[in-house]
Amino acid sequence: MSEYRIQGNTGEWEVVIGLEVHAQVTSNAKLFSGASASYGGEPNSHVSLVDAAMPGMLPVPNRECLRQAVRTGMAINAQINRWSRFDRKNYFYADLPQGYQISQLYHPIVGEGEIEVTLNEKDPESPTKKIGIERIHVEQDAGKLMHDQHPTMSFVDLNRSGVALMEIVSRPDMSSPQEAGAYLKKLRSILRYVGSCDGNMEQGSMRADVNVSVRKPGGPLGTRTETKNVNSIRFMMQAIEYEAQRQVDLLESGGAVVQETRLFDPNKMETRSMRSKEDAHDYRYFPDPDLLPVELDDAFLEECKASLPELPDAKRKRYESMGLTAYNAAVLTAEAETAFWFEDLLSHGVDAKQGSNWLLSELFGALNKLGKSLDESPVNPAQAAELLGLVADGTISGSIAKQVFEIMLETGQGAAAIVEERGLKQTNDTGAIEAEIAKIMAANEDKVAEYRSGKDKLFGFFVGQTMKAMQGKANPQVINELLKKALDV
Amino acid sequence: MSVDKDTVNKIARLSRIAISDAEADKMVGELNGILAWVEQLGEVDVTGVEPMTAVIPNKLRLRDDVVTDGDVREKVLANAPAREGSFFGVPKVIE
Amino acid sequence: MTDFSRMGVAAIRDGVAKGEFKAVEVAEALNTRVANAKALNAFIVETPETALEAAAAVDADRAAGKPLGKMAGVPIGMKDLFCTEGVQTTAASHILEGFVPTYESTVSANLWKAGAGMLGKLNLDQFAMGSSNETSYFGNVISPWRRNDGGNAALAPGGSSGGSSSAIAARLCPAATGTDTGGSIRQPAAFTGISGIKPTYGRCSRWGIVAFASSLDQAGPMARDVRDCAIMLEAMAGFDPKDSTSLDLPVPAWESGLNSDLKGKRIGIPREYRLDGIDEDIAAMWDNGIAWLKDAGADVVDISLPHTKYALPAYYIIAPAEASSNLARYDGVRFGLRDLPDGSGLQDMYAATRAAGFGAEVRRRIMIGTYVLSAGFYDAYYTQAQKVRALIARDFEQAWASCDLILAPTAPSAAFGLGEKTSDPLSMYLNDVFAVPASLAGLPAMSVPGGLSKDGLPLGLQIIGKALDEQAVLNAGLAIEERSGFTAEAGEWW
Repeated sequence: MSEYRIQGNTGEWEVVIGLEVHAQVTSNAKLFSGASASYGGEPNSHVSLVDAAMPGMLPVPNRECLRQAVRTGMAINAQINRWSRFDRKNYFYADLPQGYQISQLYHPIVGEGEIEVTLNEKDPESPTKKIGIERIHVEQDAGKLMHDQHPTMSFVDLNRSGVALMEIVSRPDMSSPQEAGAYLKKLRSILRYVGSCDGNMEQGSMRADVNVSVRKPGGPLGTRTETKNVNSIRFMMQAIEYEAQRQVDLLESGGAVVQETRLFDPNKMETRSMRSKEDAHDYRYFPDPDLLPVELDDAFLEECKASLPELPDAKRKRYESMGLTAYNAAVLTAEAETAFWFEDLLSHGVDAKQGSNWLLSELFGALNKLGKSLDESPVNPAQAAELLGLVADGTISGSIAKQVFEIMLETGQGAAAIVEERGLKQTNDTGAIEAEIAKIMAANEDKVAEYRSGKDKLFGFFVGQTMKAMQGKANPQVINELLKKALDV
Repeated sequence: MSVDKDTVNKIARLSRIAISDAEADKMVGELNGILAWVEQLGEVDVTGVEPMTAVIPNKLRLRDDVVTDGDVREKVLANAPAREGSFFGVPKVIE
Repeated sequence: MTDFSRMGVAAIRDGVAKGEFKAVEVAEALNTRVANAKALNAFIVETPETALEAAAAVDADRAAGKPLGKMAGVPIGMKDLFCTEGVQTTAASHILEGFVPTYESTVSANLWKAGAGMLGKLNLDQFAMGSSNETSYFGNVISPWRRNDGGNAALAPGGSSGGSSSAIAARLCPAATGTDTGGSIRQPAAFTGISGIKPTYGRCSRWGIVAFASSLDQAGPMARDVRDCAIMLEAMAGFDPKDSTSLDLPVPAWESGLNSDLKGKRIGIPREYRLDGIDEDIAAMWDNGIAWLKDAGADVVDISLPHTKYALPAYYIIAPAEASSNLARYDGVRFGLRDLPDGSGLQDMYAATRAAGFGAEVRRRIMIGTYVLSAGFYDAYYTQAQKVRALIARDFEQAWASCDLILAPTAPSAAFGLGEKTSDPLSMYLNDVFAVPASLAGLPAMSVPGGLSKDGLPLGLQIIGKALDEQAVLNAGLAIEERSGFTAEAGEWW
């Protein structure tokens, strides 16, 4: 899709990128216990005896977590495995109470799928690329360690321990930071459409492990490094850029890339080795003997399928078929948040073209100025629909609508109330308009003559003067008609 | 396959069990004895046999997504060898 | 005066129900016996107050005319592998010394609901790993039995439920809980002349039982006769949504279903169990058992379980593998022992804690389990063992075409002396050779007394049944019990 190359002293290098994305599954309770999965909470309060791995405690899986993984798999056209299993990944760490993470290695719940990405989703002409998904599996999150509370101790909080994650593993199909960024953005959008993850990277409900290697174009794959837990799209792109350059420099100076785990430091914009944690990992995966195989039946799968919403690509095509420009359709569907807002607007009877233009120019412009996201918009779809309805039925003109919208943003008042209170209704009173036209023609006899002798451009001048005289409240179409009648004698 | 002292030390490290030199020496013999004995399993023809997954035919039940547990901090922390306020304390981990 | 120590579960329950005596009287009498039997070291913790409270509650219920539970008024011993709320639970390991659960295991809760009371927590092999009760951090349990050679050599009560077997055989309690992973109910029952049944895997909830090997662990009752086992199993068993491997089935009325008429039943005698060099006493007892079952109306058929020889090696891969992972949670962070040498970090703390907290046998099994699961060895050991396990289960499936039950010895010998087998772990493991196949296949299996050895020590006969057919197993056990005339008792030397 993009020809991203690193120029080294020995020539060009190609970058190979694969991502393992951990996405927290949206659910009320944890994967294997009935404790709350919600973010925050007092330390060690969202913890059951199961999450704390007390002796004799046993896991019982949460149906919703599996359902969300299956729906996500369906959304990327992946193979859904009717038979899967949980395995234990054994390692010791203070944030891992059981001494093992329940995960899926040998038989994941979701197999191969793919996601189509485009470098610039706002440009319908931008080329697309299919990124392969190797698998999605479900696993437990770990707890949290705090290091800054005590001089010689770290503190363990198990609130996160046992929360359900989906690990979404891509093929090493990306070859530039931009592609990886586009993939992560598209993936996040799909997760939000499906409702299986809120995609909130700041809170850590989505994070990426980034596998990077470099090679001479077309050559054999190089040794890769894995940069762990990158929690923003921008950081991920920076990490790839840094890491690829580091590997090229290393190789060209006669060194070798070591397969290792690394950490991205966003302050220094660099990755560094986490070799301290490498301590001879051997996870000794084996099927969790506390659990039986997961067997999904037809009814379960059918419900998953039936409950899937329209996905971004399908929605974009539908919007185009409704007459929206390719640009508008692309922008409206790129983020679930925008698409859902727009759908809400349409559900209030707003015309698609009118609504999409208004949303993308007026609303986005206003939010941009306010520094707010769509979620924080002071005007909701119902209120917007009220405003657009007044334009559509001719109650106010487009220019008055802009004024009304600004007042709405400031005061929070409804559009109809504003129009009523401030007398902004546009008039179709032809008598009043004709009277003003007559006055303007009388005051500008020279221009009338010029116009009549062929200077058509002056028509706009008369429209502007009339509208001004009518304080903007006249229906512009009526002005046009009456002016034509008066001038074109 | 037989294990040597290095392997025993590696297994002990993976198991997070401190082991003295003398213990490691002794363990080499014990583990090799046991492993040599279990390796007779290699004689069994298992062609076409799937590893056992469920001892007694049974179906995995799935829980409803309802919060039914948690908010038991005192129970969770009651046996902590080093409780620090609302947390478990461990020797400082340098990441 | 009534000697409550000679009464079984049914006798105590019925006596209390009829008002012949008070539950509190029974609890008091047995509390005293427990307190006076320290030499056996059967209990890690004694809970006389708990026993009295439960008994008083039963007496009050009876006085109020309320319905009484299946075990009402029966004081029992609780293997210290079951988590008991407010009472130290250790799995006989230093690493859990002082651990006081804030929760009650499902099985023990079921028993208390049925009106049973707790005399104390019974000693066992550490984390249930052992066949002689010599791996407990709290010391060896001594069998009340002695050889008839006039000597006073201390004998093993079997394991891992050695505290349970010793206490029942010494009549400190009429019954006790056991758990069986590879024979831990049946072998100690055989060694001490009592009965015990491991039900079908999934009958008893594992929730709240300290895990050894999850795919094998199963709780069951131990008592002095078959009827008492049936009563107690009814109280222990039942579906538990908190255990994903629990069977969602009603609990059969095993006690009222007891019937020793075996007409039409076919008893399989597996030829592979007749090992070369089999102990003469064992062979003779087995022959007696065959004769008794025939006498009860059963047909006896020869069967083959061709993979029997591989059961024990498969077990010694699967059980340690699961254990190595199950025991990872004992890390000194949230409960139990913490050993933090000066200036050491987290990983050093783990290694020091686990070295100090786990006994030698536990450490050995964790190491074996870690090794067989480690990179490069997993398929050769673990996967192969699970395939062999499938073949062993298939052997039984095929055997059920020609028989309904299987009769075999429980153990290859009578009780051995303490210290006799501790130097060679492998020779200790071989003691479970007859018990392990049924564990691997998840089948119900029971041990009942089958006679005495030349040394005057009890021997056990094992009955293995089809999955979920505990009733047939109990019935055959009853048929043997009625015919064996086993009345021998350990002399009260302690």
